[in-house]
Amino acid sequence: MNEKLKSVLYPLATFVVLVALWETSIRVFKVPNFILPTPYAVLEALQRGYVEGLFWKHFFFTLQSMVFGYVLGCSLAFLLGCLFAESRAVEQMFLPFVVALQSMPKVALAPLIIVWFGFGLESKVVMVALVCFFPMFINTAVGLKQTNPALLDLMHAFSASPWHILTRIKIPSAAGHIFAGLQISIVLGLIGAVVAEFVSSTRGLGYLISAAAVNLETNTMFAALISLAVLGVAGSLTIRFLHSRIVFWDKGSASQTAAVE
Amino acid sequence: MTRPTVTQALFHAGDLALTYTSSRGPVKALEGLSAALGQGEFLSVLGPSGCGKSTLLKVVAGLLKPSGGTVTLRGAPITGPRPDVGIVFQQPTLLPWQTTLDNVLLPIRTLGLDLAAGRARATELLKLVGLDKFSSHYPNELSGGMQQRVGIARGLVHDPALLLMDEPFAALDAMTREHMMMELQRIWMAAGKSVMFITHSIPEAVFLSDRIVVLSARPGRTIREIEVGLPRPRTLETMAERRFADHCNELRALFSELVKFD
Repeated sequence: MNEKLKSVLYPLATFVVLVALWETSIRVFKVPNFILPTPYAVLEALQRGYVEGLFWKHFFFTLQSMVFGYVLGCSLAFLLGCLFAESRAVEQMFLPFVVALQSMPKVALAPLIIVWFGFGLESKVVMVALVCFFPMFINTAVGLKQTNPALLDLMHAFSASPWHILTRIKIPSAAGHIFAGLQISIVLGLIGAVVAEFVSSTRGLGYLISAAAVNLETNTMFAALISLAVLGVAGSLTIRFLHSRIVFWDKGSASQTAAVE
Repeated sequence: MTRPTVTQALFHAGDLALTYTSSRGPVKALEGLSAALGQGEFLSVLGPSGCGKSTLLKVVAGLLKPSGGTVTLRGAPITGPRPDVGIVFQQPTLLPWQTTLDNVLLPIRTLGLDLAAGRARATELLKLVGLDKFSSHYPNELSGGMQQRVGIARGLVHDPALLLMDEPFAALDAMTREHMMMELQRIWMAAGKSVMFITHSIPEAVFLSDRIVVLSARPGRTIREIEVGLPRPRTLETMAERRFADHCNELRALFSELVKFD
C-alpha cells in the first residue's frame, strides 16, 4: 500500500473504531441521550441544522467575526511589529506595556468588550482581533530582528534605503516567523470568537452551544462543536497552504509550524 | 615598516586605526595599518584569524568608521557606502526567494540604476562566471561554488571601480576552492577590476595576487608587503613551481615569527 493511501485510510480506520466505541458504550452503559447523544443523533442534528438551514446564520456569524477580527488583528499586529522592530525608541517606550498586556488572559476582557462594543458583531470582531494580535505581533517583531546580519551589511554596502531593506529583505526573511504567527492566531481567534459569544450574543456557534446547554440538547451542542472544528481546521489548512505557496523557498519552515500548531 | 609606494593609487589607507567598545572595554581591531591599491591591481590582505581583516574590509566598504588615520578611494575620503564599490562575503548571502538573475541585479535595484542596462550586464556577467544556463534557478538549486559565483557576479554588476572580497572561498571544500581560484583569476583578468581580497590562506594569496599586504595579529597593522611577480595566467602547475613555493615559505616563516612574539 502506498504512503498516500495509508495517510487517508489509517485515520479513517481510527475514526470508524472511535464512532463504533461511542455507539456501543452508549448501548452497553445505557447512557441517557441528554448526557451523551448517539453518533446518529449528532448526524441528525447536523443534517437538520444545515439542510433545514437553522445553523447557517450561526455558522456565518462566527465565520464573519472570525475573518474580520483575524484580518484586523493580524494587520495591526504586523504593522506595529514592523514599527517595533525598526524603531528602538518605540520599542523602549512601549515594550513593558506590551509584555504586561500579553501576560493578561485576553478572554478576561470579553465582558468589558461587550460593554464597549455592544452585543452584535462588533464586539466579536474586536475580541478576535485582540486575541489574534499578540502571537502575530511578537512573531513579526522577532522575525524581523533575526534577519541575517551579513545580508544587512550587504544591503548597506549597496546603499539600500531602510524602506527597501524592510520590504525586500527583512519581511521576506521573517516570512517563516510571520506565518507561524498567523497559524497560532487563527486557532486562538476562533477561541476568542466563541468566548465572546458565550458572554453575550444572539447568534453564532458559541451562542448555539450555550443556548442548547440550557435545554440539555447535547446533540445540537455536538453538532455545533463539529462545525467549530471544521472552521478551525479549514482556517489552519488555508494558512498552511498560503505558507507553502508564498514562502516557497523555505519548505522546512512550513512543515515546522504545522508541527508546532 | 614598508610604506606603500604606488603613486597613482586607486585606494589608499594611511595609518588606519579602529577601536570598538565591547563589554570588556575598548578593543583595538586595527592600528597603524597602511595599504594602497593601484588601478586594475589584485591585492590580498593576509593575516591570522582575528587580525581585523574583515574590519578593514568593512571600513573600505563604508560600513564602519575608522577612529584614526585616512582611507581614500579615487582621492576622496570614504565616509559611507559608495556606488563604485562592490562586495563579496565569505557566505554567498543570496536572497533565497529570488532567482540567480534577480540576485545579481540587487545592486542595480538598490542604487536605482537603469534596469534594462543592468539586466544586459547581469546576463553578460553570468556568462562570464559560467552560470548563464542557471539565470532562472533559485539559490537552493545551486551548489556552494555556484552560489559564490553568483555573489561575484552581483559584486561586479554595477561596474564598481573596486571589488572587495572577504574570504569568499573559506566556506567551500578544498576541491571547489582550487577551481574557484582559477575561476576568479579568469574573471578578474576579463573584467579588469581592482580587487582587494581578504584571506588567511597563504597559497590562495600567492596564487591570486599581484601584491600581498601582511597584517599582524590583533590589533591589525601592516608588517610586510610582498610583490608576487609570477606571470599570468597562473595555472595549477604554477603552484608546483619553485618561485611559488619560495613565496609561500617566506610568508609562512613570517607567520611563525608572529606567533613566537605573540
